[in-house]
Amino acid sequence: MNFVEKFFDKQRPKVQKGEKYHWLASTFEAFESFSFVSDKTAGKKGAHFRDAIDMKRAMIVVVIALIPALLFGMYNVGYQHYLSHGENANFWATFFYGFWRVLPMIVVSYVVGLAIEFAFAQIRNEEVNEGYLVTGLIIPMICPPDIPLWQLGLAVVFAVIIGKEVFGGTGMNFMNPALVARAFLFFSYPSQMSGDMVWIFDKGDAVTGATPLGELAVGQPASATVCDMFTGLIPGCVGETSFIAIMIGAFILLVTNIASWRTMLSIFVGGAIMGLIFNCVGANDYMNVPFYQHFLMGGFAFGAVFMATDPVTSSHTNTGKYIYGFLIGVMAVLIRVVNPAYPEGMMLAIILLNVFAPLIDYYVVDANIRRRKKRLRVATKTR
Amino acid sequence: MANNKKLITTPFSKENPIIVQVLGICSCLAVTVKLQPAVVMALSVTVVVMMSNLFISLLRNTIPPRIRIIVQLVVVALFVILVDQFLKAFAYDVSKQLSVYVGLIITNCIVMGRLEAFAMSNKPLPSLLDGLGNGLGYGIILVIVGFVRELFGFGTLWGYRVLPESFYNAGYENNGLMVMPAMALILVGIIIWVHRNKNKELVENE
Repeated sequence: MNFVEKFFDKQRPKVQKGEKYHWLASTFEAFESFSFVSDKTAGKKGAHFRDAIDMKRAMIVVVIALIPALLFGMYNVGYQHYLSHGENANFWATFFYGFWRVLPMIVVSYVVGLAIEFAFAQIRNEEVNEGYLVTGLIIPMICPPDIPLWQLGLAVVFAVIIGKEVFGGTGMNFMNPALVARAFLFFSYPSQMSGDMVWIFDKGDAVTGATPLGELAVGQPASATVCDMFTGLIPGCVGETSFIAIMIGAFILLVTNIASWRTMLSIFVGGAIMGLIFNCVGANDYMNVPFYQHFLMGGFAFGAVFMATDPVTSSHTNTGKYIYGFLIGVMAVLIRVVNPAYPEGMMLAIILLNVFAPLIDYYVVDANIRRRKKRLRVATKTR
Repeated sequence: MANNKKLITTPFSKENPIIVQVLGICSCLAVTVKLQPAVVMALSVTVVVMMSNLFISLLRNTIPPRIRIIVQLVVVALFVILVDQFLKAFAYDVSKQLSVYVGLIITNCIVMGRLEAFAMSNKPLPSLLDGLGNGLGYGIILVIVGFVRELFGFGTLWGYRVLPESFYNAGYENNGLMVMPAMALILVGIIIWVHRNKNKELVENE
């Protein structure tokens, strides 16, 4: 690693102010801090210190946590393709079929997104934001494998500029940029984002190709078995199908303390309670779906683990996280069951609660202030 | 004379009713799905603002201050009804598309805003020009938004197909989000963003 450090040391003077490559300063900073932990320490005044785990390191952990779901997604893309053609292929052929389909999506997402990020950083003379490392990987994972690449690129442009940069970049956005991209695709190109045809790349005629959610939305029972939903061998977006792979990611995030267990737990509790309420009502087939199946279908688990826990757009207070997560779970199941026009309730639920997260925080903080004021009043009275 | 010229030009940029004063947003979201209704709406509003500005300015010394709003409303209502009837007679299809939004010109903040802020305290000719400038300043934003939304939402302009069939064969698709009012708001936001970048003095101090 020494030679990399030497390389950076050699380049540093060239990007200083007034030098030839000064306009590349933020690019240099981005690559340097990506490769090495920053050697900046907090000043001597005041009681604060810097954690060695900076944003870039935290984001890398999320990317690592996404890998199991991504690898499984690649395998599943190939698996569903061969299944729909009624062919048998060995493990590696299946995996690489999916790999060569998913890879271009990832490349498009990263190239377009990072180009915009770097351009904005240079124009504004700011450091390049780290956020896109994760967003850029999540966007292909929450799209159907059949999505045309130009639409994916357009969605990335929209998400990064309108969802993030206009508000000031990573840390200022109030909606999850990856979900903005998905919402853009969902409302712009509904024929590529819903229905039976899009969930399997180059679909053959041997299977219908509907997702469990899609089948339920049109009033049929889901044809996939619970076991298949659990392992993830069902049609769906690239990264969202496998409950097991997502749980491995959740484990990594929770052990490293990157994501909040409060948000995750309360989303599942909220979804379960809403599912149980519908089970009690039981007016149609969809309402009778066992509550735990909602976790296995569609993007519920993926959204709960990777998207709702985004530290920027979720609630910041601990009490707020419980409320925020709980309402996401409730809304996701509610939208799914009650409104068949939107089979995927998770996306809309998270975006909706992203908007409300600051309000929840405001009232949690406000309640705390009032409680302490009351305590103060009681204390002064008794004295 | 230089002052009169200014009355027409400033509403296009520095004092634009939509992108600087942020008035008249509702109709801007509602009627800009296609270019044609947007243009007709822009012209209707221009006529209403112009004429009511002129007449209120003529009446300004006789209107008792305590009931001035109701007098202004009567004058505006008169011209809105005239425009509405005119559209029904000569452009029935467009009138159908605009539906209630022609009638709702009466509640358009730009009209009342100009009457209160300008016509009540200025002579008839400057008032007329002020109305013309503000109506057109409102109109230009409507036309820009309508142009983008129709082009990308339907692939047409003024009802005629402009994106060639080969685009669609190559995999291009109309953007469904453009048809929704949400996109109009985002487009107006983008116009404001660009405009403020060009006119730094409009940016509020933090």
